[in-house]
Amino acid sequence: MSLTTRTSDTTAGTALRDADRAARERARRGRGVRSALHAVGLVVILVATLFPFLWMVSTSLKTTSQITAKPPLLVFQGTLEHYRNILGEQYNVGGSLVNSLIVATSATLLAVLLGTPAAYALARFSFKRKDDLWFWFISNRFMSPVVIVLPVYLMASKLRLIGNPALLVAMYLTFSIPIVVWICTDQFRSIPRELDEAAMVDGATPLTIFARVALPLALPGVVVSSILSFIFNWNELLFALFLTRGDGVTAPVRATNFLSGYDVPWGEIMATGTLIVLPVVVFSLLVSRHLVKGLTMGAIK
Amino acid sequence: MHTQSRWTPFAFLTPAVTVLAVVGIYPLIFAAWVSLHTYLLAQPNIPHDLVWLGNYVTVLKDPSFWGAIGRTLTYLLIALPIQVVLGLGIAFMLRRGPWASLRGLARVALVIPLAMTPVVTGLIGRLIFNQEFGVANFLQSRVTGNTVGTEWLGNPTLAFVTILLMEIWQWTPFAALIFLSGLTAVPAEVEEAATLETRSFWVMLRRIQLPFLMPALTAILILRTADILKQFDMVYTLTSGGPGSSTELINLYITRIGLRGAFDQGVASAQAILMLVLTTVLSRLYIRYLYRGDDA
Repeated sequence: MSLTTRTSDTTAGTALRDADRAARERARRGRGVRSALHAVGLVVILVATLFPFLWMVSTSLKTTSQITAKPPLLVFQGTLEHYRNILGEQYNVGGSLVNSLIVATSATLLAVLLGTPAAYALARFSFKRKDDLWFWFISNRFMSPVVIVLPVYLMASKLRLIGNPALLVAMYLTFSIPIVVWICTDQFRSIPRELDEAAMVDGATPLTIFARVALPLALPGVVVSSILSFIFNWNELLFALFLTRGDGVTAPVRATNFLSGYDVPWGEIMATGTLIVLPVVVFSLLVSRHLVKGLTMGAIK
Repeated sequence: MHTQSRWTPFAFLTPAVTVLAVVGIYPLIFAAWVSLHTYLLAQPNIPHDLVWLGNYVTVLKDPSFWGAIGRTLTYLLIALPIQVVLGLGIAFMLRRGPWASLRGLARVALVIPLAMTPVVTGLIGRLIFNQEFGVANFLQSRVTGNTVGTEWLGNPTLAFVTILLMEIWQWTPFAALIFLSGLTAVPAEVEEAATLETRSFWVMLRRIQLPFLMPALTAILILRTADILKQFDMVYTLTSGGPGSSTELINLYITRIGLRGAFDQGVASAQAILMLVLTTVLSRLYIRYLYRGDDA
């Protein structure tokens, strides 16, 4: 009897062990399947994100007949002819890139210069209707450029200012200052007040405290907001489309010029697109770590 | 505290407020004035008579205006939820698990659409969805065997689908990256404690992670709503509003009336002012109920 019991015990034990092993095996395989799906998902994200960009760059390097080939070519002998064309006098994409650089950089610097003190005041001082003022700053970014491009166009054409890059720089402040204020207000808030107060006890003026104490500590926010502001300025079309002329146009406007004729010069368009996008893409990739941190948009308090 | 006077905050605020008032508010007041007058750019000899709300009546009676508003809101209501859901899914896929280097690579790749000039996105869309040699038609003919090719940009419905696809391509990564930064706010201990209670992804999401993601979600909703309502660049280069007016979002319509076709600044200004009211109301609501909701 003892023997039978032991036998049945052993059988039960083996069955349990088997069941246990099978469950672990299933879990392992489940994890394996899930992990494989995860990898597939990541590859899909990578391909979907990169494909349009890479397709533009490769098209810019194809000859005209290679671009319209059916089926589309993945492997081809590259050419730089489209780049030579767009940088020549006929298209003058180089000149428009310089215009973009000047306008976007000036507007970014001005937005930081004007926006950071305002953000500091909103973060540090208390005064009446502060929340309304904060909302007013932000709401400038919500405003459609169409609302102001119409009257600005009318006024500027009367004052003969159309085509003046300073006009464009001024208009870009309507969406650059809000983004600087939004990000930097949260950044200044995260700096301990005691640091300001210690400097105040030492007799420093508010301006010195702002410039010497607060601003250096808020540098990550200042950097991120200037990067974002530069990208928005660099990419802007609507203001530039109606407020620039001739040699003064920015690169996005130049890119739209290709669409007027019947014969669409695809190689030239894609080469122009690559030259507009590439500096920003490379720059953004270099600073992506900071960029992602800054994208909390005040989410973490 | 002896150095801070009552006026200190104003000294910091005045430069920015002054500049924004000049470049933002002054044109706005001018726009409001123009919207109450006859103002035809192409016919400068016609006097600028005060017509009171005449331009607004014209706008509200204009079926094309309502069509453009309807298209813009449809675009918003389709694109925004897709971007939020896809973005959240991508953020979770990039956050943890195996394949660390693949995740790192995908995370870096997400920055590319973000940095892409919308004008160029539209041009790329034109190339990819070209009826004759576009790679989209090559792929669909491989899958469906239909060799004729789909007229993506020539068919009203498909053109609308195409602008949606490009919008989703460009801005889903933005949502994903904001959610990813939002997820870093979830304390690891809280999450670990919760895994002892439940293994369900949905329960974890709703009870533990979502409260921490609310600020991120709000930022996405506010920024994307505002940007979609003023969307212009990408659609302008991709379809220019066509075919017909099937992809003519509200801002394309306003510039057509004011600066490209009719040159009727009075009516266009009235449209722009109405859009400003709509955007302000929406963003006020978002900020009131979501962004500052926790400490209000």
